Parts: sequence; structure tokens; C-alpha cells
Amino acid sequence: MPRFMTVSDPTPVAGGGLLSRRAFLQGAIVLGAGAAVSAEAADAHLTAALPSQKTLGRPFSGYGVPSRFEADVKRSIVPRYGAMAPGNGVSFTPLEFLQGIVTPAGLHFERHHNGVPDIDPAEHTLTVHGLVERPLRFGIDQLLRYPMTSRTMFIECSGNSARIAGTETPKLSCGQIHGLVSCSEWTGVTVRTLLEEAGVKPDARWVVAEGADAATLARSIPLSKMLDDAVLALYQNGERLRPEQGYPLRLVLPGWEGNMSIKWLHRLKLVDMPGQFRDETSHYTDLQPDGKALQFTFPMDVKSVITRLSPGWILQGAGLYEVSGLAWSGHGRIAAVEVSGDGGRTWAEAELREPVLSQCLTAFRVPWQWNGAPVALMSRARDERGHVQPRRADWMKAHGPNQRYHYNAVQAWRIDARGGIENAPL
Amino acid sequence: MRRFDLRVVVASVLVLAVHAAAAPDFGMPVSEEELAAVDIDIAPDGRGLPPGSGTVADGIDIYMEKCVACHGPRGQGAAGGPALAGGMGSLNTPKAQKTVGSYWPHATTLFDYIRRAMPYDKPMTLSNDETYALTATVLWFSGIVRPTDVMNATTLPKVQMPNRDGFVDAWTPGHE
Repeated sequence: MPRFMTVSDPTPVAGGGLLSRRAFLQGAIVLGAGAAVSAEAADAHLTAALPSQKTLGRPFSGYGVPSRFEADVKRSIVPRYGAMAPGNGVSFTPLEFLQGIVTPAGLHFERHHNGVPDIDPAEHTLTVHGLVERPLRFGIDQLLRYPMTSRTMFIECSGNSARIAGTETPKLSCGQIHGLVSCSEWTGVTVRTLLEEAGVKPDARWVVAEGADAATLARSIPLSKMLDDAVLALYQNGERLRPEQGYPLRLVLPGWEGNMSIKWLHRLKLVDMPGQFRDETSHYTDLQPDGKALQFTFPMDVKSVITRLSPGWILQGAGLYEVSGLAWSGHGRIAAVEVSGDGGRTWAEAELREPVLSQCLTAFRVPWQWNGAPVALMSRARDERGHVQPRRADWMKAHGPNQRYHYNAVQAWRIDARGGIENAPL
Repeated sequence: MRRFDLRVVVASVLVLAVHAAAAPDFGMPVSEEELAAVDIDIAPDGRGLPPGSGTVADGIDIYMEKCVACHGPRGQGAAGGPALAGGMGSLNTPKAQKTVGSYWPHATTLFDYIRRAMPYDKPMTLSNDETYALTATVLWFSGIVRPTDVMNATTLPKVQMPNRDGFVDAWTPGHE
């Protein structure tokens, strides 16, 4: 951060040095520079020119890749069962390195149950059957001919943030804790289009969605959701899906737990009751303190996290900083994000950066004047339906030590006097 | 762009413009035989269970060959692999252990899951008889079936899982 940073309105609006979201950071104008050019300096460009200005650049490339200087920006891979089952586990999006609401396709989080299949789209089909008037099968070429819809929306694993949902306080990065959420522009055909073509029978209530991976993963999805806003995605951020994201065809259910957005989708079966599959009974159910488990907890609740100024960032001394992060809710649009610099006693409203879309990552920012003393920063989001992110203690009290799904409590980052940042269970 | 017929798109748009209800219909009919080959999901009331059967004894032989490395000789888990039995009575304690015996509400799920996803390194290789047998064996690990019980399309849906009433449907009430 430049040392000549200044702010338009330095009056704090909340404890810990948080400033008005309407204040904006600006670089100070340095006066007196660039006066008369002396004759001796006339050819100064010859020595001042950078190597990149004197060397011919490399030629074109068919598919661009990030700069070699960005090699550290990559997913954090955590296998579930080690070498026994290398295709079962997760990789986390490095949220702390990213800005904006769209996740690069190659950094979108992964959750695979038995690896990434290598599917030839010419061999792949989607079968729609069960309680329909006409069972139908669609090749990818056929699906590409339908009218398409595009929506930018997040997908979040219901196990996101589970690493801090227990009593332990691991020293991990923002992405390693909360990076099982990513956001893309998904483009494809609505499920409704194909269901209408097949003809839904009156007694249909649920839809079995099944993948063509080595887990043949299946989930039961309410028919109402499928008719409402479910998308058969063929494209992600403008290009065809990445294999890790379900190439050539993935279901995307806006706002709902990621496990239901079945990748490598090859079958939709309309049924009258949920199938009670392994991934909706044994897993992805929320065990409560009384020993009962909540089942079919589909929407991902309102949540936010500060990404810039999170573990890994080192503050360069007292002064002005912009705190920014991401907020999202499976219930709709983000209405407000507040940031606290005094342990949650007072809160400053952050600015939401456009666009603010339903069931989509939303960026927020707020200026902050750090006085150099130890402090904790936290963010709290509210959605348009009035859901507010709970504090950690309240979430833990409500859900107990066994629920590792749907964790959405406020995240606090503790900043020490040297500018180091770490996860704090506040 | 591969095999992209612009005429169809133009025609579709024109059709949509004059008659909004007329969506393109490119779905191909599927025969009963083709459907039967992919229709593998099992409902909790047993619909979808195929012919065939298996016993605990049949299943032990298969289990010791194909399952024991990850799940242990009595289903207690091995080498970091998940336990299939144990944890009874633990669900309301701070260290809940979720296994087939302690947690799973439906026996049909076990058949469905084994057939679609196990063994982990060779999924979709078990016959229906083998799947029934392994289902019987895993249920036996938790004392849910007797060693002499035979699992088939009639008996399996009648198996009462210990945690059958342990789940609360958070969706259906209020969305029907």
C-alpha cells in the first residue's frame, strides 16, 4: 500500500478505526515533480527503458495461462483418505488472492468423491425418465441447440468452513477455511425446458439427478426447484465446463448446497419420493446436539468473509487500508455487510460493489485506519430476506460439535502489532 | 464450433417469436431396455431392487477380498477408511460416530450405494447377487440381521435400521 495514501473523510464511524464506506482512498498528488527537462537528460530514456521495453515479447498463444509470477495462486488440495482414495477430497479456492466476484475456472473449488472422469462429449447423453409422459435422451450436440440462459452465481459446498466448525482453531488461510465457495457465470439450458418437453406426470415430486463419474453420485432434488431455476450448465465463464466442474454437463441449483449441483450429469429421473441416497442420509445431513439429524437442508445461508486483510497478508504498519471481502446468500441478494474492528461491539456498514446479484458472490469494501495496535476484524452479512450471519458462539451453541455442514458464522481475523493476521475464534 | 446448425437456431427463434409455447424439441425416444440398463436407483420402499439374493456368508467371502483393506475385518474401519459399524448410542454425544449401523436410516441405501460406488477402486463391477450379499454382511456387522438371513428384493426393504427415526425432514413440510 503506498505511503502517500489518504482518505476523503477520516472521521471514524465505528470502533477500531473503521471509516465511512463513502470515504474513498486516494493517492496524494505529489507537487513539484517533473519540472524543466535538462539537455543532459534528453536521452535518459535509453538508460531508463525497462528490459521488457527492449526485448521482443513472446508470440501469441492458443490458450493463455497466468503469469509465471502468479504461480503461488493455486487451489489448496486436501485429500479425504490419502493414497487409499486419491480422488476423494477437496481443493479450496485461494480467496485471499482474488478480487471481484467471478472465480477463474481453473481455481474453482473441487469436491470429488472418486476423481475427475475423462468424458468424450460425443459419447455423453442425458436421459430424462421416470414419471414423465415421454422418456427422452439428449446428446450434448442436441443440448447445444436449445435457447440458453446465463446467470452468475455461487456454488458452495455444504462442508465449506467445516475446518473451523469444531472446537479447534487451525491456523489456515482464508481460502483454506472458506474456499469451498466459488462463483461463475453459468450458461446452459433450463431444466424446465427439458422437463416440459418430456411432460411431467402429476404424481412427480422429486427428481433423481445422477452423475457419470466413478461415484455415480446421486441426489434427490425437489421437482419445484428443478422447475423454478435449475440450469443444465454447458459453459462456465464463457467457455465449456472444466472437467473438474462436470464436463460436458453439470446441474447448477442456485443457492443450494454444492453437492446437489451434480457434475457429469447423465440422468434425471422423476419420482414420487426422495431416494434416500448415501449423500442425503449418511452425508450432507446435519447432526444436532440431541442426536437427531436435519435432512434436506438445501439452501446455503447468508455468509461473508474478509478476504483482503486475511492470514497471509502482512500489514505494512499503521495507516489507511481498504478492507474488502465477499458475501453471499442462498436465499437471495445481499442487503448489507457490516465490518467490526472492536470485537463486534460497533459495526461500520461496508459499501457493496456492483453488481449485487441474487445467489451470487457480492464484493464489499470499507476504509480502515489502523493505529498499529492488536485488533480483530470481522464481517457480518444480512440478506434481502432478513437472514443475518450468526456470531460463532451462537452458531456453536445452536448446532453443537457434530455438525460440520452449513457453517456460516462470523469470521474474525486477529491482527497482531507486527501486522500478522490469523484465524481467531471470536 | 462443432456441428452447429444455424438454420435450426434461426428457425427456433422464429418459432419462439410467433408462438412462445413452442420450444424446440430435440429429445430422442429411449427404449425400455435402454432405460432399464441405467435405472439403478433404489427407493426406500424397495422399488427398483432387482432379482437376486445373497447371504451373510456369501458376503463375507467377497468382503474379505474386496472391502477389508479400507473397512477392516468387522467393518470397524482400517487404514483411515470409514467404519461401517460401531458408534451405537453416540449420536447425541460430543464425539458422534456416524456408521451404517448407528446412523443410516434405510437399508435400501446400502444396496444402492454399494452397487453404484463400491468397491472404491472397482466401482460398478458387483453383480446384484454380490451386492445383496455384501449388504447382508455389512448389516450383520451391526447386528441388524442374523447370520442366516437372506437379503433380496422382499426382505431388504423390511429391515428396520436402528436410527430410522433419527432424521427430521427440513424441506418437505412447508414446501408441499
